[in-house]
This record gives sequence, structure tokens and C-alpha cells, in this order.
Amino acid sequence: MTFAIRVNGGTHTVDVDDDTPLLWVLRDVLGMTGTKFGCGKALCGACTVHMDGAPVRSCITPVDSVGSSEITTIEAIGGTPAGAKIQKAWLDDVVPQCGYCQSGQIMSAAALLARNPHPTDADIDDAMSGNICRCGTYSRIREAIKLAAQSSKQGRTP
Amino acid sequence: MVSLSLPYGRCEAETAGTIAFAPNAFIRIGGDGEIVLTMPYVEMGQGTYTSIPMLIAEELEVDLKQVRLESAPPNEKLYANPLLGIQATGNSNAIRGAWKPLREAGATARTMLVLAAAKRWNVDPVSCRAQSGAVLHTPTWRSLKYGELAAAAAQIPVPANVALKRPEDFTLIGTPAKRLDTPAKVNGAAIYGIDVRLPGMKIATLAQSPVFGGHVKSVDDRAAKAVKGVSQIVRLDDAVAVVADHMGAAKKGLEALVIEWDGGPHASLTTEEIFAELEKATLSSGAVAQNIGDVEKAEASAASKVEAIYQVPFLAHAPMEPVNCTVHVKEGGCEIWVGTQAIARAQAAAANAAGIPPEKVAVHNHYLGGGFGRRLESDYVARAVQIAQHVNGPVKVVWTREEDIQHDMYRPAFLDRLSAGLDEKGMPIFWRHRFAGSSIIARYLPPAFKDGLDPDTTEGAIDLTYALPNLHVEYLRVEPPGVPTAFWRSVGPSHNVFVTESFMDELAAAAKQDPVVYRRALLGNSPRAKAVLELAAEKAGWGDPLPERVGRGVSLQFVFASYMAHVAEVEVSKEGVVRVRRVVCAVDCGTVVNPDTVRAQIQSAVIFGITAALYGNITLKNGRVEQNNFDDYKMVRMNEAPAIEVHIVKNSEPPGGMGEAGTSAIAPAVTNAIFAATGKRLRKLPVDTIALKQAT
Ligand code: FES
Ligand code: FES
Repeated sequence: MTFAIRVNGGTHTVDVDDDTPLLWVLRDVLGMTGTKFGCGKALCGACTVHMDGAPVRSCITPVDSVGSSEITTIEAIGGTPAGAKIQKAWLDDVVPQCGYCQSGQIMSAAALLARNPHPTDADIDDAMSGNICRCGTYSRIREAIKLAAQSSKQGRTP
Repeated sequence: MVSLSLPYGRCEAETAGTIAFAPNAFIRIGGDGEIVLTMPYVEMGQGTYTSIPMLIAEELEVDLKQVRLESAPPNEKLYANPLLGIQATGNSNAIRGAWKPLREAGATARTMLVLAAAKRWNVDPVSCRAQSGAVLHTPTWRSLKYGELAAAAAQIPVPANVALKRPEDFTLIGTPAKRLDTPAKVNGAAIYGIDVRLPGMKIATLAQSPVFGGHVKSVDDRAAKAVKGVSQIVRLDDAVAVVADHMGAAKKGLEALVIEWDGGPHASLTTEEIFAELEKATLSSGAVAQNIGDVEKAEASAASKVEAIYQVPFLAHAPMEPVNCTVHVKEGGCEIWVGTQAIARAQAAAANAAGIPPEKVAVHNHYLGGGFGRRLESDYVARAVQIAQHVNGPVKVVWTREEDIQHDMYRPAFLDRLSAGLDEKGMPIFWRHRFAGSSIIARYLPPAFKDGLDPDTTEGAIDLTYALPNLHVEYLRVEPPGVPTAFWRSVGPSHNVFVTESFMDELAAAAKQDPVVYRRALLGNSPRAKAVLELAAEKAGWGDPLPERVGRGVSLQFVFASYMAHVAEVEVSKEGVVRVRRVVCAVDCGTVVNPDTVRAQIQSAVIFGITAALYGNITLKNGRVEQNNFDDYKMVRMNEAPAIEVHIVKNSEPPGGMGEAGTSAIAPAVTNAIFAATGKRLRKLPVDTIALKQAT
């Protein structure tokens, strides 16, 4: 079947089975390899993308469920205010190690910051515990989210 | 701007035209001023693509932002790790291996550039100095960029001995320089092996015999072939692969396959049988790994004795990037794209599988989405080549997470028997340790396995920092049938430090002494160990009161040439659930190249070690690994991650290893803390929450 899906502001037509997970459409059909495969079962968060701004696990999101929703991936998250702040905080705090989980971490964190500009530790636990980092960068992820939140506070002060 | 290129098939012929100056295998300077550093160690998260350039750049006198990095091609002659003798990144020794040679490489190039400039200006070289990629003639303030000097420097004979900078003159080494690979790792641009894309490339995934050593009996692939996007089913003797246009179709095809397996000789194997074998083995004596004093004699005079049996399980690596390899088999040769810790081995494995000489295999290395020892192995390269031989054009073979966990090569299980004798004051007068398990070195580096012993399996057991007058350690090599074993982050010490530091805690408890005070009394000969122990205890508030069912545990180790002490603070719920609340680490790893990387590696290694201590357990039933994915092979997550503090002892000793030490040191700190919180001594990993519940 063919599907026209909206990704990072463009529309792409793909011809795949309707139950094909969005992850493989992005990575293998459209060649956007920033979104990663970790488990295929919604257990690790490596494949997180935004669907109309909400974080979803693309490995269990069938392409036929996307409809006209706007998909945003790591390649374009820097174009959103929350995404840009998160990426900057990740650079300032030197978060990534192997880096493989970090696309998913950044997508989860950007979604958190967009809906909750001043997350508490408990908010961070809630939003980020679905993302595994085998390199154990959790303490830096937490710090970086707080750093990004601080920068939004400064941004708001007139 | 820093750029990182992982070249596709760089060879001397291709680039020779543009290189003006290449005094050694690590540095190339073009006439256009481009400075390319070739990295003999791979980047798998541990920061080598920053710390290794720092060593070269310090002596070469260039800024980190002026260099471009390339990963080394397979060449054991040029790029072997001096501490391993092969071209591999592992055993936490990249910095130790690179410390002298790569600073010398930088200093050699700098010396030649300075000589070239002095000659051009017709001045004394002593009046010139190098700085930020240029040579300055200080008296006249003339300067020439390295690119302008490259061709002339290439004419200068390579000096045999060059002077290295004095540590007090370092401007880069010792600073928290930002990692060079971060920008590409925050925007999806970093290319891992799994991200390789080639024109006409197919994607394959596979099912391998669920019992190691089994075979395919029959395959019904009708339904799989009917899946849209599936182009081919490849049947091997012990595996079946589905080749498709994309991984979604390949996975769907795999699920539609009906495969009957013949389990072979290990079809009934269980983990219990393996441990029974290990236990039986330890009833006989083994190869003597360490013998100090006279344990037999001391035993006769001991006032009391402590005995214990410990065991640790098989563990999977589960790197975040599942193993994968892309292969293009061509007429008379083959090209592979992969993330590997041992590129020459990967090349040899591919050549062997394809039945061609190694020089016919071109290998392109990439960022590794985690290594942890998994990518020192090349089983997955050989497997991908076997599949690719049946495919027209390039094919990327990607393991599902289930295949990755069920067909890993595992950290071996071990069983340990210990006994110790105490004098009337409770201090140890003898220590006896005998253990059985797999030797990875015996398979991986056979010449290093001698007289029944190897340096890895015994590290952390034979080199205790404590003054023990009578010490006897024996090892029995027992290979588990039907379970491949491999190096796993913190290797030998991942097992030995848990055992020895737990047992040391048992001795302190038997002597009714504080665990820190007890250890300190045995460190008269080891001031560096004593210093980290005291620092960790002080920073952790050792001895400060804690609530009920909360305890502190300590561990101390000297492995990978670094000293480390951890204090873990652990809370055990009434239900037996363990939460590590805080970890305080003190480390003395000698000269620090990048303190931020040291901190990052300890933070990382601690989480890795806590994951193993709390959850890590690969078990077998009917010869099959029972774990599948992150639901039954669990990882510590954000909500369970403790606060981790790292305190670095400054000195100018030669650098020690940092990538793994934090992992081996944490398990005993956690279980010792559980003992402090509950009175329950855990001699078996992972932590048994049921036992802790019953203890309430
Ligand atoms: S790959 Fe989707 S959650 Fe792990
Ligand atoms: S940075 Fe390696 S898995 Fe997170």
C-alpha cells in the first residue's frame, strides 16, 4: 500500500505493508538514520520520534496509524525551541558517550520541556524512564534537562 | 570546525597525492594545512576520539578544533595496541597504550616542522617555537603555518629521539576539553555501523539455532516469501536469514518462518548443571596463580576461620546498538562496513568466512553504539559474510534485540571457594581462594594462556592491595559446554573484585570491626590505596547515622593500573527491593588526560555495574538462553539511577585505565551496603530480592 506521511515538514510517499513500523520507514525507506533501533518492543526508547509534538515509540507505531500527523525526528528537532535548548544543554553538559541512545533521549527530553518548562526530578523520572542508556549517562541527562529548563526561565524574563 | 570522517576505503594510493607530510602512521598534514589524525583506538563512548587527539595535539602544538579524525584501517603492524599485541581497543588501556607513542608521534612531527621553518628562515631552531598549528620565530615575530611547511618538513630526516613536554608545560592534557564527537551525537548525524546505506543495499535479519551447536532441520518459508518486500530466504546449516527491502519486512518475514531445529549435543543443558560442574571442579586443586608465605602453616595457628562459596552468573553485553554488519561480496573480494573494537580480527574473520585472503577484504569502521567487549568478537562479521555470499549486491545484516541477547558471547559464570584465618585480634593471617570458570584469553590470545593461567581471569584476585602475609590463589579453567564466553566490561575483575571485596567485608564482620577501619589497617604498604579509601569514606560521610534498612558499603580495588574506592548507600525495602541511593567514588588513576572523561566513565561504569548486580543474569534451559529483550534482561533506568560523586586524586604517576574500573568496584560496595542495611550477606549475583524479603 502507499502512504503519504509528513516528516520534518515534507511529505513522503512510501509503498510498504500497512503494519510496517514507522521506524523502518524512516530508517530504511526514507534513509533518515538518526532515529535508532534498540529493542523493537517499546522497551528502550531509542526509536522515539514526535507525532504532533507527542513522543511515540516508532518501533511499534504502524505506518497506517500515522495519517496526517506531523512526524518530527532528531534530524529536525533543533528547529523547535525546546529541541534547540535541549541540544545546547546536551553539548554544554557533554552528555553522550557512545551516543546511540541519545536521539531517543533528546526526543523524550524535548517533548518534556515543551509541555513542562520547569520539570521536577519526579517529572524527569516519569518522562525519561522509558529511555535506556546502556552507557549510563542518566545523571548528565538529568542535569542537562535542568540546564535547558533554566535557559527557558532566563528566556522568559523580560 | 571539527569534522570527523570515517572514510570509505582510504588507501595510500588514493590520498598520497595530497599528503605533504606524514612522518608516522598517526599524523598527516596537507599542503592546504589540513591536519588528519589517524585513530588506532575506536570510539565506543569512552572518549578516545577526544583523549587520544589530546595526546597528539599537546605535542604537535595544534588546537583540537584544527584536526580531523580518521579511524585506522586494519594494519596490525602500524596500529597494534602495544599492551595487547593486536589491533584492538579493550582492557581499559587505550590511554596507557597511547601515552608515550602518540605523544612521541606529535613531538616528532612538531620537531620536524620547527626544523623546516628554521631552515627556511636560516635561523637557529632554538629561536623558533610551535604554537596553534604554526611555527613562530620569536625574535622577529615571523610565522609559518604547518601547511606551508609540510612539504619542506617531509624532506627532514625523521629524528630518532625527540624531547617530550614537561607535565608542567601541558596546556591541553589535564583540561576538561569538550568531546569532539558530541555535535554529531545530538542531531542524528553520527553514523554507526547500523546506519550504513549503500546503493542497492538489502536488509537482512536472522534466526540462529537457539541451542548453541544446533542445526536447522527444516524450514517452511512459504509465508515468509509472501511478505511484501521480502526478496530472499537464506538457509545456512545453523541459521536462517530473511533478506528484504527494509527491516520491517525482514522482521515480518522472520516471524512468518516455520523452522524446526535439531538442538544437537547441548539440547538439554541448564545453568544449574554448569554451576554443578564448576562446584565439582573446585574440589580439586588448580593452577597456582599466587602463593605468598605459607598458608598451610598459618592455618594451624589461626584463632578463627571464615569460609564461603561465591558465584557470579553469565552476563550479556546488550550494547544499545544491536550487533550488525554490512557486507558486499564481489568477484574475488569482499567489502564490509561495521563497528568493531578489533578491525584486523574482523577482517580476518570475514576473509576466513569468504575463503579469501585478508588483503581482499576492505573494512570500514564506524562509531560503535556500545562495545563493552561484545565488539572485540567477530562472530557476527563471519555470520554476515556467510549470508552475503548468497545475496547479489550489498546486504546489511541486523540482529534483532532477541538474537543479540540470545546469541551473545557471555561474561563467564564463576564459582569461588574462599577461606581465611584470623588471629586473636581478628586480623587475617591467611587467605585462600580457588575458583573455576572460562578463560577467554585461552581462546582469544592463546599465547597468553600459560600453565593453566592467564593474566585476565586472575586480575583482581592475585594482586590485592592488602598486606596479607599468607595468600594462596588457584584457578581451574572449566569451559562451559554450549555457551560461548567473551570479555565483558571490567573483564576478570568484574568477577574477582566482587568476590574478594565481599569476603574482606565478611572478615571485618567476623572480627566485629568497621569495614573501612579494618581495610585501612591492612594498607600499610599501599599509600595510594589508603588515600582513595579514606577520601571516599570522608566524602560519603562514612559513620554518619542512617535510617533503618539503609546501609553503606565500601569496596577498594587496584585494577587496570588505577586505584578506586566506592562507598554505596543502599536502601532495602520491606519487600526486598534494593535502591542504590548514592555512590561516592574516589579514584587515583595517575596522570589525568581529561578529568571530565574520567568522571563520565565512572558515572557510566557504576550504572553498568549496578545493572549487573541488581538484574544481570543469563540462564539456560533446554540449552537455550531464557532471556530475550529488555523486559527480562533488565537495565537500570533513570528513576533508579543513583547520584554519583567522583573525587579524583591528583598526582603525576603514569595514567591508569578508566573505562571499566568503576564497574568491577561497584557490585561489592552494593552488596556490602545491603549487609549493613539488613544483616544479610549475599554471596551470589544478581541480588536475590526474595532472600532480602525473607530477611525482614
Ligand atoms: S526500539 Fe523502539 S522502544 Fe526500543
Ligand atoms: S550514550 Fe551509549 S547508550 Fe546512551
